[in-house]
Amino acid sequence: MSSQLDAHVPSAHPHDHDAVVQVHDLRMRYGAKDVLDGVDLTIHRGEVITLLGPNGAGKTTTIEILEGFRMRSAGDVRVLGTDPAAGDEHWRARIGIVLQSWRDHGKWRVRDLLHHLGRFYSPYSSPDRDRPVRTDHLIDMVGLGEQADQRVSKLSGGQRRRLDVAIGIVGRPELLFLDEPTAGLDPHARREFHDLVHRLADLEDTTILLTTHDLHEAEKLADRILILAGGRIVADGSADQLARSVSNHAEVRWSRDGEFYVHPTDDATAFVRELFSQHGDKIGDLEVRRASLEDTYMSLVHRFETGHDDGTVVPLERNPR
Amino acid sequence: MNPTAYAARLGTSRGWTEFKIGLRSADELGFKLTFALSFALVLYFQRDSTVDGTTQSLASTVLPSILGMMVVAGSALGAAGALSVEREDGTLLRAKAIPNGMIGYFSAKVTSVTLDTAIGLTLILGAGLIFVPELLSTDVTRWLALIGFAALGLLATLPWGAVVGSLVRSPQAAGGLTMLAIGALTAISGIFYPITALAGWVQGIAQVFPIYWLGHGMRWALLPDSAVTAEIGASWRPVETIGVLVAWAVVGLLVAPPILRAIARRESGSAVEERRHRAMQRVG
Repeated sequence: MSSQLDAHVPSAHPHDHDAVVQVHDLRMRYGAKDVLDGVDLTIHRGEVITLLGPNGAGKTTTIEILEGFRMRSAGDVRVLGTDPAAGDEHWRARIGIVLQSWRDHGKWRVRDLLHHLGRFYSPYSSPDRDRPVRTDHLIDMVGLGEQADQRVSKLSGGQRRRLDVAIGIVGRPELLFLDEPTAGLDPHARREFHDLVHRLADLEDTTILLTTHDLHEAEKLADRILILAGGRIVADGSADQLARSVSNHAEVRWSRDGEFYVHPTDDATAFVRELFSQHGDKIGDLEVRRASLEDTYMSLVHRFETGHDDGTVVPLERNPR
Repeated sequence: MNPTAYAARLGTSRGWTEFKIGLRSADELGFKLTFALSFALVLYFQRDSTVDGTTQSLASTVLPSILGMMVVAGSALGAAGALSVEREDGTLLRAKAIPNGMIGYFSAKVTSVTLDTAIGLTLILGAGLIFVPELLSTDVTRWLALIGFAALGLLATLPWGAVVGSLVRSPQAAGGLTMLAIGALTAISGIFYPITALAGWVQGIAQVFPIYWLGHGMRWALLPDSAVTAEIGASWRPVETIGVLVAWAVVGLLVAPPILRAIARRESGSAVEERRHRAMQRVG
C-alpha cells in the first residue's frame, strides 16, 4: 500500500503554505464498493468547514482517514503537513478529536479526567502553543464549572457533549475534528455549542472540520460548506455561493392595495424593477427570498442521486479569505 | 523525560485512580468481600478434615491453593474484562486519540489489575487465616516467596487475559470464556482437594497450565515440609514452578503486544458506534 501512495503526486497544492488539510484524489474501497471515489479538498488555517452529505456518502470515512484512524485505499492526504497514516505522537498532539462519549470514564470526576488527559500533552507544549489548556480554564470555557466535581455518569446529555469537546481541545489543537457533534442535543444546548465553536475559531486560532446533518447548523457555523455525495465533493463554497450556483431561483413577495402576492422567478432583480416601474409607490412589504441552503442541498443531492450529474464539481469562486 | 516513559508513568497514576474508584464503588468492593467470605466459608467447613495420609488439615492446604488460583482469576479475568468493556465503551478510542495514550492505557491496566489482585489476595488471606491460624507462624522468607510467586503469576497470566479481551466480540463473551477456562482448570488443578486423587492424564493436562503451578508454589511457601505427601511424586518443585510460569510469561509477552497493537489500530469512532449499537440490541 505504501509504495502505491508514494508513487502519487507529492501534494495536491504544493504552493499552498496556508493549507492545514490537503486531500487529492482520495479513494476508499470496501470490497467492490467505492465509498470515496476521488475526493479533493483543501482546508486553510483558521477556517471552519462543514462537511454535509446524505447518509452513507462517506463523511465519517473521510474524517476518520484524516484523523489517522482509518487506512485509505489510494490518494494523497496531508494533515498538518503529514500523511495521517504515518502520523507520529507529535502529530497526534497537534490535532484534537471530539468523540461521542457513551459510558466511558463514568466514575471519574470531570476535573480529574480533564486533568489526567491533559497531562499527556505537556511534553508537546511550545512557546506559541501552551499545552495543555489549564484544567480550570478549560472547564470554564465549556461551561462545566458547576459540574467540575461531579461524576461523568451524572452529567446530562448536553453537559456530556461539552465534556467531549473539552477533551477534544485539552491539548490546544491546531486542527479540531467533530463528527456530528450536536446529534441528540436540545436547541438550547445546541446554541451553546455553536457559541463555543465560534469562540474556538476566533480566540484559539483553531481550524475546525465538522460533519452534520443539520443544514441550519452548517449555515450558521461554517465559513465554507463541502457537500459529499456519491463519494465525491459535489459542491464547495459558502452557503450563499452554493445557493447562487445551483439556481437563481427566488420568490418575490409583495403587497398592493391590501392584497398579497407571491411570484417565483429566475431573475428577481429584473422582476422587481418591472414591478416598480408598473406600480411605483403602491408596492409594499417587498421581500425577495433566495433558495435556502436546504433547497440547494436537496437539489444538489437529488441531481446527484438520480444520475443527472456530469461528474464535475459545481464551479464556485473560492471564499475570499 | 522521554514521552513514552512519561506516558507510562501517567498510566500508573491513572491505574491508581481507577483502583481508588473501585474501592469507593460499593458494588465492586462488595463483590470482593463476598468472594473472600465465600472462600472463608469453604475453609470453615473443612477445618476438621485432614488430608488423607497426613495430619495436615484440609483447610490449611486449600487456603494457599485458593491464593494461587486467585492470582490467575484476578489478573486474567481482570485484564480480559477491562479490555473488552473499555473497547466497547470507547475508553480505548479516547486513549488512542491522545499522544502516547495507548501506552498510558496499558500501563494503567497493569497497575489497576495488579492492585485489584493484590487487594483480593489480601482479603482472602485475612479471612482464611482466621480458620487456619497455624499458617501465621510461616517464616518471613516464605511470605516473600509467596509474593514472588504472585508477581510471577500476574506476569504469566495478565497478557493472556488481555489477548482474550482483545479478540472477543463482547464483554459477556470475554467474561464467559475466561470464567469457563479458569473454572475448568481449577477443577483439575488440585485447588479444593489434592490433585493426586485425579487420574494421571488429568494431572498431565493440569501441569501444562499456570493454575496448578501457582497452587503448588503457594503450598510450598506456606505449608510445612511434611505436607509434601499430598503432592505429585511426593516432592516440592519450586524450580519447575518458576520455569513453567516464566515460560507462560515469555510467550504471553511475545504474543500480546502485536495483538494489542492490531486492535488499537482498528479502533475508530465508527467501530465504537457499531459496538454500541450491538450492545443496545443486547440490552433492548
